[in-house]
Amino acid sequence: MSVLIYTENADGKFKKSTFEAVSYARAIADQNKTNLVAISIGDVNKDELASLGKYGAEKVLNVSGAKLKNFVNQAYASIIAEAAKKQGADIVVLSNSFSGRGLAPRLGVKLEAGVIDGAVALPDQTGGKFRVKKTAFSGKAFAVVELTSTNKVISLTPNSYKIVETPSKAEVEDFSAEAKESDFRAMIKEIVRSTDKVSLPDADIVVSGGRGLKGPENWAMIEELADLLGAATACSKPVSDAGWRPHSEHVGQTGIAVSPNLYIAIGISGAIQHLAGVSSSKVIVVINKDADAPFFKVADYGIVGDAFEVVPKLITAIKEYKASA
Amino acid sequence: MKILVCISNVPDTTTKITFTDNNTQFNTNGVQFILNPYDEIALARAIELTDGGNGSVTVINVGDVSTEPTIRKALAIGATDAVRINTKPHDAWFVAYQVAQYIKANPFDLILTGRESIDYNGSKVAGMIGELLDLPSVSIIKKLDIDGDKATVEREIEGGKEVLTIPLPFVAGTAEGVAEPKIPNMRGIMSARTKPLTVIEPVEVKTFSEVISFETPAPRGQVKLVSADDPAKLVELLHTEARVI
Repeated sequence: MSVLIYTENADGKFKKSTFEAVSYARAIADQNKTNLVAISIGDVNKDELASLGKYGAEKVLNVSGAKLKNFVNQAYASIIAEAAKKQGADIVVLSNSFSGRGLAPRLGVKLEAGVIDGAVALPDQTGGKFRVKKTAFSGKAFAVVELTSTNKVISLTPNSYKIVETPSKAEVEDFSAEAKESDFRAMIKEIVRSTDKVSLPDADIVVSGGRGLKGPENWAMIEELADLLGAATACSKPVSDAGWRPHSEHVGQTGIAVSPNLYIAIGISGAIQHLAGVSSSKVIVVINKDADAPFFKVADYGIVGDAFEVVPKLITAIKEYKASA
Repeated sequence: MKILVCISNVPDTTTKITFTDNNTQFNTNGVQFILNPYDEIALARAIELTDGGNGSVTVINVGDVSTEPTIRKALAIGATDAVRINTKPHDAWFVAYQVAQYIKANPFDLILTGRESIDYNGSKVAGMIGELLDLPSVSIIKKLDIDGDKATVEREIEGGKEVLTIPLPFVAGTAEGVAEPKIPNMRGIMSARTKPLTVIEPVEVKTFSEVISFETPAPRGQVKLVSADDPAKLVELLHTEARVI
């Protein structure tokens, strides 16, 4: 029984979260002493497909076609399920991206598989069991969930598994699978993607602003700091509720949970709902003028000071660091 | 238009999450349970879409009798009637299966859920209901408009959005942006007591997953403070000590 990894692309290119998921799936295949087959759907060139070998895929099934250029969860789920059956794969891995969340549940039903959404660690298969740790309570905790089904679907939380590279190429094979007409009832009218900004769920570094910044007009320095660091921008709930920033930037229990290497919180006090969304960050830096702000209790580094004085100095310091590096 | 809104009963967002019985049970002691915040958004939009006698909004919950205050809250906010499937929500598959069986017998034009519940964060129920009923499903929508027998929705994608048109009926998971949650008024609260709440028994179904145990995130060490006059020191620490830049 092999492992099948669905490799999501954006405009023909694989993303970092895809490489993480391939590395993760490779490790599961190794646990089970079996092979790893990747499936790509859409318009991806042969070199890009073969590069999946670097992350551990032995074979890549390439599914293309005019109707499949853009993601339609129902059609993609049909194709991936068919590939899993034909390849004899009992474990299907994908990234817990926005699209992955639309696919995993449909795949679970099609394959009569238990689904782990948002895995953060490799399965523990001690004693013939299959247990996976996943996020729960919006980042306030983890749950260890056991799958008892023969088939299994696992979606991996971005930024939670390290990419492993080895110099090897995957064999690319065209794969044709039929999605039925009714799988295309949802039709894409428009895709709007800002290419100059780092996407928040995938970002290695996140610079986040709160109510302490007093108004949307003061976000220029947050954006400048983010640009310098190659970071995504984010905000707290009161900020998006007030319409200072879009909802898509809201990090916290009822917004997006992130797990970057570095989370810089500026002018955010650290309400329990916000902390839930950032608790998996590897390093947290807090800049706040209130030394008693609860955020300092969960931070690794902190500066007690006025954001309007500290952030410009920090920007200068990073420019100097970059110039000397 | 008949809309079904799937609701869950979850710990309040301010809850400090702890566990008992050797980290195998969620400690509900002193915990206030609420209507899942994302489901509140779905409910608010459903009420807007059926405003002025243009249809009805049914809320459905899979839960034991303890979830009834949350169901009444949904009725107070403005749902027309409610259904409770009388069993504990074992996992997403179990819940989706129960709801799908109900929809088979009682068809709806639109089925909404929250994008995820804030306890297990699965984002699975909408997609599973869609697959079980062979209906289109969209996870995490930011906007929902209906025009006749078609809807236009905006779906969140990494670094942007996607606009889709979908024929009714379909299933969608709502997120912030779709509607502002509604606060029940006194009339709503009074009328909620007498609105129909039908209790039905679950159907039998195999389950595929069990929660074995819980963990809380490892505590961080003491915060290292850097002087506000010396952010360069912070940059140095992030580079040499934390190694994140």
